[in-house]
Amino acid sequence: MSGADPIRLYRTVRLIRRFEERAIELVRSGHIVGGIHPYLGQEGIAAGVCAALRPDDVVAGTHRGHGHVLAKGADPARMMAELCGRVTGLNRGRGGSMHAADFAVGVLGANAIVGAGGAIVTGAVWARRRRGEDLVGVSFLGDGAVNEGMLLEAFNLAALWRVPVLFVCENNGYATTMPVADAVAGSIPARAEAFGIRASTVDGQDPAAVHARTAAALARMRADGAPEFLEARTFRFDAHHTFEHAVRLDYRSPAEVARGRSRDPVRIAGSRLSAGDRAAVDADVEAVLEAAVAQALAAAEPDPATALEYLYASGLTARTGGG
Amino acid sequence: MPRLSYRRALNRALADELARDEEVFLLGEDIRVAASAVTAGLLKRFGPERVRDTPLSEQAFTSFATGAALTGARPVVEFQIPALLFLVFEQIVNHAHKFPLMTGGQCAVPVTYLVPGSGSRTGWAGQHSDHPYSLFAHAGVTTVVPATPADAYGLLVSAIRCDDPVVVFAPAAALELRAEVSDPVPVPLGRGRVHRTGADVTVVAVGHLVHDALAVADELAGEVSVEVFDPRTLYPFDWDGLLGSVARTGRLVVVDDSNRSCGIAGEVIATVVEQVRLQAPPRRVTRPDGAVLPFAPALDRAVQPGRELLRQAIAHVTKDG
Repeated sequence: MSGADPIRLYRTVRLIRRFEERAIELVRSGHIVGGIHPYLGQEGIAAGVCAALRPDDVVAGTHRGHGHVLAKGADPARMMAELCGRVTGLNRGRGGSMHAADFAVGVLGANAIVGAGGAIVTGAVWARRRRGEDLVGVSFLGDGAVNEGMLLEAFNLAALWRVPVLFVCENNGYATTMPVADAVAGSIPARAEAFGIRASTVDGQDPAAVHARTAAALARMRADGAPEFLEARTFRFDAHHTFEHAVRLDYRSPAEVARGRSRDPVRIAGSRLSAGDRAAVDADVEAVLEAAVAQALAAAEPDPATALEYLYASGLTARTGGG
Repeated sequence: MPRLSYRRALNRALADELARDEEVFLLGEDIRVAASAVTAGLLKRFGPERVRDTPLSEQAFTSFATGAALTGARPVVEFQIPALLFLVFEQIVNHAHKFPLMTGGQCAVPVTYLVPGSGSRTGWAGQHSDHPYSLFAHAGVTTVVPATPADAYGLLVSAIRCDDPVVVFAPAAALELRAEVSDPVPVPLGRGRVHRTGADVTVVAVGHLVHDALAVADELAGEVSVEVFDPRTLYPFDWDGLLGSVARTGRLVVVDDSNRSCGIAGEVIATVVEQVRLQAPPRRVTRPDGAVLPFAPALDRAVQPGRELLRQAIAHVTKDG
């Protein structure tokens, strides 16, 4: 199995890292309303998984979904515009952080409902394979999702009907504030194994390791059509959601956070580049994000008169709420 | 003229759409053996890829249909029991319905949800006898309740061809109906039908209750001239059609198999009185607030909107005027 290009992996984790840091600044300045669920610390998973995908493969993300959207190839400027609620956003300002989608690059959407993406991506992959395409899908999910019945039902359908979906569990140790140890009976990979799904665990902080494991899984999946499950152990560097910056919730000790942050996917990926290559990537990422933020803030906000646009694909017009 | 049963009309609509469009496929429990009869013969004709029997995983197969639809497929999902819609309300309302707007128009979700046997099925009691069409109308999901075999065929065909999610309620009390239908055709969504013209009062009747309303109108002929309006689609509602009828009669009664609070009858009355000065206060005949259908047949019937209550409501609005 050939390894991923270390420069590409580093560029992706660095792009997500700096994107999230810039987005948090925009939350603080009031340009992004409602806040975000930062992906900081988990960048290696989206980067490693998506580096192994083809452009025609599809992914479904989570509420902590910026990394998945960016790693699959969405334009950071349009993603930032979406977070800022602008007409130039991926979703024309209708989705925001938790629903960002870019069907053109195979992102079926971040999703605000925990565990919801698994069945959706399974159906999408099945339908396209029925037309003779040989794509695969990825369902990103958190450790909280493994307790959602709807996801376990999706495991069953994917295994039963041999739909090649890689279920990637980003186990960051907490479902919001609930520790895995207090929430998950049995083990996380055993959830998938119970359905006859091949499952394994990987170090989610090392994008090259994630990539290698994903590439091997996808090769098997493309050959035999069966789904697989990958638990990526990771650590969320920042808050569950930016609201936590104002309301400190006491569930992780400073020592635990320091320990978690000591294994940084950006540093790990960067250590595999020469200082010169690293500096070149960093400069490129800064330029991309500088332009992204500038373009987002310069873009128009949607016209309130268009608030019901896109509600019905059939062209149905809804009654408005006025007297 | 050939006689077509309501159930057979649904079966024929599914067969015709499966034959017409390769992207149409069926999902549901026990559909290979056609436990509800509406998929009879379809497995043999179209094969297991397009007539997919599912495990008891309503939430997953409902969202599986959403995912397939996002890529251009047109799934039809059958639910044997109306209460299963409560289990998948999240998957339909929070995902299938919201995806087009939330993605800024990047996708459509053309899924049809078919409930062959909605409302009371005598003896099936509390958890198998719901009629939750008002919930979907409230959520803004296209909702149809055909009353006749011809409309069952025509509305199901239109639902499958619609680019939005559509819930099709086929009332259990209508499934055994037969009618003379020579060549069933698609019926447009959002267009009501005046089954019987009248001059004194408009009775809006939903689904199987159309037939009760027609029977009562027959009984009252000579005393009161009753117009029976069948909306057929509850969302989007044919307001122009209804307002035209009420403009002629000046009086309104709605008979609706929903629980009273927030049922479609309330919406119909509110919309009409916002726009028309009626000659008498309107009336509605519904299930009681918070209805749970009890098991014993007499109790089951006691909480369903029936002909006696409809007669009383018509008497009220015609006397008051």
